[in-house]
Amino acid sequence: MSYQPSALRLQREEARRRASRRSTLIAVISTVVIGTILTVVVTGAPGFKAVKQSFFNWHYAVTSFPHVLSGLWLNLRVLVIAGIFVLIFGLLIALARTSHSPVLYPVRLLATIYTDIFRGLPLLLVLLLVGFGLPGLGISWIPNSAVVLGTTSLILTYSAYVGEVIRAGIEAVNPAQRMASRALGLTQTQTQRYVVLPQALRKVTPALLNDLISLQKDSGLISVLGAIDAIRSAQIDTAMSFNFTPYLVAGALFVSLTIPLTRFTDWLTKRQDRARVQQGQW
Amino acid sequence: MKNNALDVINLRKSYGEDLVLQDISVTLAQHEVKVLVGASGSGKSTLLRAINLLEGIDDGQILLDGQDITAVGVDADKVRSQIGSVFQSFNLFPHLNVLQNITLAPRKVHGTSRSDAEANAIQLLERFGLADKAKQYPDLLSGGQQQRVAILRAVITKPKVLLLDEVTSALDPILIAEVLSLISELKSEGMTMMIATHEMGFAKRVADQVLFLHHGQILESGSPADILENPRSAELKGFLGALREAGRL
Repeated sequence: MSYQPSALRLQREEARRRASRRSTLIAVISTVVIGTILTVVVTGAPGFKAVKQSFFNWHYAVTSFPHVLSGLWLNLRVLVIAGIFVLIFGLLIALARTSHSPVLYPVRLLATIYTDIFRGLPLLLVLLLVGFGLPGLGISWIPNSAVVLGTTSLILTYSAYVGEVIRAGIEAVNPAQRMASRALGLTQTQTQRYVVLPQALRKVTPALLNDLISLQKDSGLISVLGAIDAIRSAQIDTAMSFNFTPYLVAGALFVSLTIPLTRFTDWLTKRQDRARVQQGQW
Repeated sequence: MKNNALDVINLRKSYGEDLVLQDISVTLAQHEVKVLVGASGSGKSTLLRAINLLEGIDDGQILLDGQDITAVGVDADKVRSQIGSVFQSFNLFPHLNVLQNITLAPRKVHGTSRSDAEANAIQLLERFGLADKAKQYPDLLSGGQQQRVAILRAVITKPKVLLLDEVTSALDPILIAEVLSLISELKSEGMTMMIATHEMGFAKRVADQVLFLHHGQILESGSPADILENPRSAELKGFLGALREAGRL
C-alpha cells in the first residue's frame, strides 16, 4: 500500500510553513525600516550635499578609473611576489620553531626572536624603517625602488604571522601520527615531509587564505613609500581635482578583489567542517 | 643455529619513581607467537614500545635477530624499518588513501619503486578482501577495515617481528573477528609476533606461549591452557576472575 502521510505530519508541516512565512515577513519589514532610518539619517545630515559632491562624483570616478586600475595592477604583482615569499619563509620559520634538533638551536632562537619582533611592529613602521632606513645605509646592492622595499617590508611582517599559523597547524597534528610514521621506519625529516606537513597545511588553509586577503589589502600601504599603486594613483588624482571620489574608486576595486577570495575561504572552511562532522571529530 | 627473532634481556624502565618494567626477559624464537596479558598499566604497551625503540630504556638489552639494537650508535630508523608495529588506535594517515598508506614505507624507507610497491600492496589487499578499498581514504572505512589496513601496512615490508598492541580494543565484536582472523592467517604463514591483548579466546587460539604481566614483572608464563586453567599466583587468579566477571572469558 502506498504511504499516506498522517494527519499529525500534515499538521506539523503546516505549522513549519507558517513559521517560515512569518520569519520572511519579519526580515523584510526589518530591512525596510532600518534602510529607511539609515537613508534619512545620512541624507538628512547637514554636510550631506558637500560629501556627495566630493566623494560620489561620477565625472571624477570615470576619469580616475583607468589610473587607479593601472595602479591596482602593481598591487596585484606585489601580492603575488610577496605571497610566494611569505609562504616559503613562513614555512621555514614554522619548521625551525617546531624542530627539536640541538643543532638547530640557534636557528630556533633566531626564528623566535624574529617572530616576536615582526608580529609586534606595526606594518607602517616597518615600511618606514625599511623604505627610508635601508637605502640610507648606502650599500650598493640594496635597491632604492619603493616597490622592492615596500614588498620586502610586507614579506618581513607577514612571514612572522604566517609562520605562527603554520606552526599552530604542525602542533595540531596528533602526536600518534608522528609515532606511527616513525614506527614504520621513516626518519624525522621524512615524517615531517610526508605525514605531518600535509596534514598541518590542510588544517590551516582557511587561516592562510585569511592572511592572504589581509596581505592583499595591506599591499596598498606601499604607497607611503611613493610606489604608484592604486591608492597612490587615487591620491594623485585627488590632489589635482580636490575631489575624493578616486579614493572610493580604489576602495571599490580592492573590495572587488577580496570578495571572491573571501567567499572561497568561507566555502573551503565549510567543506572542512563538514568533513570533520562526518568523521565525528568534535 | 639460527638466532632468536628477539631477545629481551633484563629490561628495566621507570617513569620517575614509577618502575614500569622490572628486569623483564623474554625471547621470541623464529615464527613464534607470544601473547602478553595483564591489567592496564601492567607494562605490556611499554614493553612493546621499548622493543621498537619508541621508548627509551633504563637498563638491559634487546637483540633483534642477534643484533643488539639498544647499543650506543644504533640507527633507530633502520631498526624500526625491520619491526612492524600496530596500535590500538590504527593511526592510519588520514590524508593518504589505503594504497598510499600501505606503500609509504616500502617506497620511502625500503627504496621499492612505486609500481612494485603498488603491485605488492594490491596483491596483499586482494588476499585479505580489501582490494575494493585501495583508493578510499581511512575515514570512510569501518574500524575493522582500518585496523586490517594498518596491519597490512606493517607487514608489507616483511618485518622480522610484528608487535601488536591491543589492536582490537577499540572495536566491536564483529569487527574484532575480522581483525583476529587476519592475525591468525599471518601466524599460519609463519609471522613472528608479540601480541598484547585482552582477548583471551584469541590468545588461546594463536599463542605458543602466554605471559602474564603484573606491575612490570612476568609473574607467570606457559601454554595458553596452563595460564587460563591452572593459574598459580593470586594475581593471575584475580585477573582471570575479573575477566570472567566482565564476561570476557
